Amino acid sequence: MQSYFLALANHTTNKLLPEEVTTCWFSAESSDFVRFNHSAIRQPGHVVQITLSLQLICGGSHASMSFDLSGNLERDVLLVNHYLQDLRTQLADLPADPHLLIATEINNSTQILPSALPSVTDMLEQILAATQNVDMVGLLSTGTQYRGFANSYGQRNWYESSNVNFDWSLFHTADKAVKSSYAGLSWNAVQFQDKMADARKKLALLARPPITVEPGNYRVYLSPTALNELISMLNWNGLSEKALRTRQSCLLRLQSGEISMHPMLDISEDSRTGLAPGFQSQGFIKPDVIPLISAGKLGGSMISPRSAREFGLSANGADLDESAQSMVMRAGNLASDDILSRLGTGIYIANLWYLNFSDRANCRITGMTRFATFWVENGEIKAPLNVMRFDDSLFRILGENLLELTEETEIIMDRHSYNERHTGGAILPGALLREMHFAS
Amino acid sequence: MDALRKLFHDIMPAVDFCSLRFVDECSEEVLVRQNILQPMHSRRSSGAMLTVIDQGGYGYAATSDLSRHGLHAAIQQAIGWARISAGKSVIDFSKLPQSSVVGNYSSPAGSSLSRKELIHLLMQESVTCQIDTRIVDWDASISQVSTEQLFISSAGADIFQQFQYLIPNLSVTANQGTETQTRSLGGQYNGFCRQGGVEVLQQAGFYGAGKRVATEALALLQAPNCPTGRMDLLLLPEQMMLQIHESIGHPLELDRILGDERNFAGTSFVRPDMFGHFRYGSELLNVTYDPGMEAQFASFGWDDDGSIAEKTWLIRNGILEKPLGGALSQARAGMAGVANSRACNWNRPPIDRMANLNIEAGSSSLNDMIASVEYGVLMDTNVSWSIDDSRNKFQFGCEYGQMIRQGHLAELVRNPNYRGISENFWRSLKMVGDSSTLAVMGIPYCGKGEPSQLIRVGHASPACLFEQVDVFGGEA
Repeated sequence: MQSYFLALANHTTNKLLPEEVTTCWFSAESSDFVRFNHSAIRQPGHVVQITLSLQLICGGSHASMSFDLSGNLERDVLLVNHYLQDLRTQLADLPADPHLLIATEINNSTQILPSALPSVTDMLEQILAATQNVDMVGLLSTGTQYRGFANSYGQRNWYESSNVNFDWSLFHTADKAVKSSYAGLSWNAVQFQDKMADARKKLALLARPPITVEPGNYRVYLSPTALNELISMLNWNGLSEKALRTRQSCLLRLQSGEISMHPMLDISEDSRTGLAPGFQSQGFIKPDVIPLISAGKLGGSMISPRSAREFGLSANGADLDESAQSMVMRAGNLASDDILSRLGTGIYIANLWYLNFSDRANCRITGMTRFATFWVENGEIKAPLNVMRFDDSLFRILGENLLELTEETEIIMDRHSYNERHTGGAILPGALLREMHFAS
Repeated sequence: MDALRKLFHDIMPAVDFCSLRFVDECSEEVLVRQNILQPMHSRRSSGAMLTVIDQGGYGYAATSDLSRHGLHAAIQQAIGWARISAGKSVIDFSKLPQSSVVGNYSSPAGSSLSRKELIHLLMQESVTCQIDTRIVDWDASISQVSTEQLFISSAGADIFQQFQYLIPNLSVTANQGTETQTRSLGGQYNGFCRQGGVEVLQQAGFYGAGKRVATEALALLQAPNCPTGRMDLLLLPEQMMLQIHESIGHPLELDRILGDERNFAGTSFVRPDMFGHFRYGSELLNVTYDPGMEAQFASFGWDDDGSIAEKTWLIRNGILEKPLGGALSQARAGMAGVANSRACNWNRPPIDRMANLNIEAGSSSLNDMIASVEYGVLMDTNVSWSIDDSRNKFQFGCEYGQMIRQGHLAELVRNPNYRGISENFWRSLKMVGDSSTLAVMGIPYCGKGEPSQLIRVGHASPACLFEQVDVFGGEA
């Protein structure tokens, strides 16, 4: 696939007129998706897709076009020719863009992640065998993802990852379930079976009669997955330079210094994790680390080339949406074995769900508990908890109410596949909170 | 299309059932922010999904290689999955009836503007947003989408559908200190989306919206926070569409009820045994699936399995009648549904989706509804939405709030939010607006499914008044 992309990119460059510049963003995958319900196959299939996003720049004006390709070079170069001509026609109608910033320095890279995966049918057989006599629902996604960048200055970047993500839930009844996943660049049958056995063990706890607690403030442990849901809200224009400059970020009060979060809170964008390509769609290279929140204070932001030009800054590898792709939160000292005892009496939250801002200026977020959430008394799990709605400020949750972070972190891959399988993810610890507000 | 038909028939394998769904979609957004044209981006997505049912198994394969070789390779992949899944699937797929319909559908014809004219129009609105130094950001956009879709099958189905969509948006942000308020035209997620041409702009109130929306953003900036308490709640269509979507639409999806979505989008508080007698809402609540409403965003002639789309009552006089389930879900559940098996594009398989889900107009004027409220709040335009995975406990926030006191509209309030539980919220519906209060709206990005899908849905609703709802505002 890499040589096909390079040939397309070279062809595109050769077709340019003097003064024209192009960038090419390439995104392709060959994926198998097997959807399950009640431990049976619901919808299995295979998807091959290849998309090229071609940008033509001339005299300060620019326009881009994305289109699907067949994978046959001979036929696809004809499409490139067609759309290049289309873009030329468009440029005649467009004014110069004052916020256009192009990557002119050539930084080539190739990142092919080493992987070792069995066939999808092997994995499927293991999954079906491991989930007999239990109600499993989920999705097995596997295959190879490709991302490429090329420009007419000669820069070439490539990212390739063959991976698997089996994301599943074991259900007891109604909404009582244990959620788990097995994701990575390899598949180890023993590790998978251990994960499944662990989920089955937790499922047994859900057989206990569930309880409902009154709205109010409770001591809480947030698993890394639950914490990721909260932190992900910062990707909703929180850490975006444009959102900060245009006063729409939920972190304005943190930016002004009016509020500080807990000094143990360190969050950064860390491209060294390999969770996402080390280059963005216009060819800017991501630095190894971008500090975002440092010792509880706003330490940086995600700056797209466009914002860099608009606000007179340097771009730092962010795409147009200025979200973090590989967020890493520094771990703490709380040992896994001590989580329940340190929680004492309170709520153990494995997952949160459907978060949204209820008051963006105060970074107040609402959402629901989901899946295995337990009521804990004196360091012992007593019963599953019926779903509760929280509504609290992240400034408090990760500020005055943050007690400890776990010493172990988890890698949480982006499991979404809107239009294409996503790259990216986060590495986070769990968090022990003095209290969190539950509204209903 | 004829070449594709011929190819399909040439390569059709000897299996129980085989279909091809071809989608060719062109889209372009013109966006002006702070009087500067933003990067122009167009997209053309073109590909096909081949589906095979054989020996009771089911498989699909999607490809953007539409050559004989590409389609043949895809069909082999689909056959492979059908064979692997045979005897291991949630249902014996060979028992499903298959459509043999032949037909055509087209969106209502509409006028168009050139790219240059669109840019000019957006610049005009953009300039009028800048009415005060506290206006710190603003943008206006128009997206146009043109889709052609062909569904052909070994059972004889041949359905060609053409869609034209227009999606306007305008949004203005005002700021003072750390207080920021954003006001928009129909919501920040394109509520005035419809099928058709530039006539949609008139229907959406786009002309002149810049100054109006900016004025409202500034007014909200000065407004006090919405008070906390139980009070009557009058919801206008820009919020009603979200209320319908989350607490009627999703819970009634039959694939959720069957458990398919439990790992991602969630389950439903609605159970199969509730249809036919469960009181979902007050007697004033009438909800229809209406894929034939002229120009609504998700109107179509047939769904992506070839089932004919017809207006169907889901809730009549408050009683739950039918779920939102396509042919496959109907067979699995053993109950009647609607034609709503839909895929977002050629690379994703169909699942149960909402399409157009509407509340039928009632008989009250807006003035009558306001006059009936002793103490309450009017809210409009969704800005925040959160609901549990059974689609029951919800909390929604709006851009715009206005108190109602002694039967009259009173002061503006900012950050208005409310909470409820779907299972009983609709029973507190005490007045439904007449057709003069009804707006035809939609949502371009409804997320669901594994693998993930974003799809277009439509919601038409009159204003609705609810009795004694938990309301609250932002932090002081």
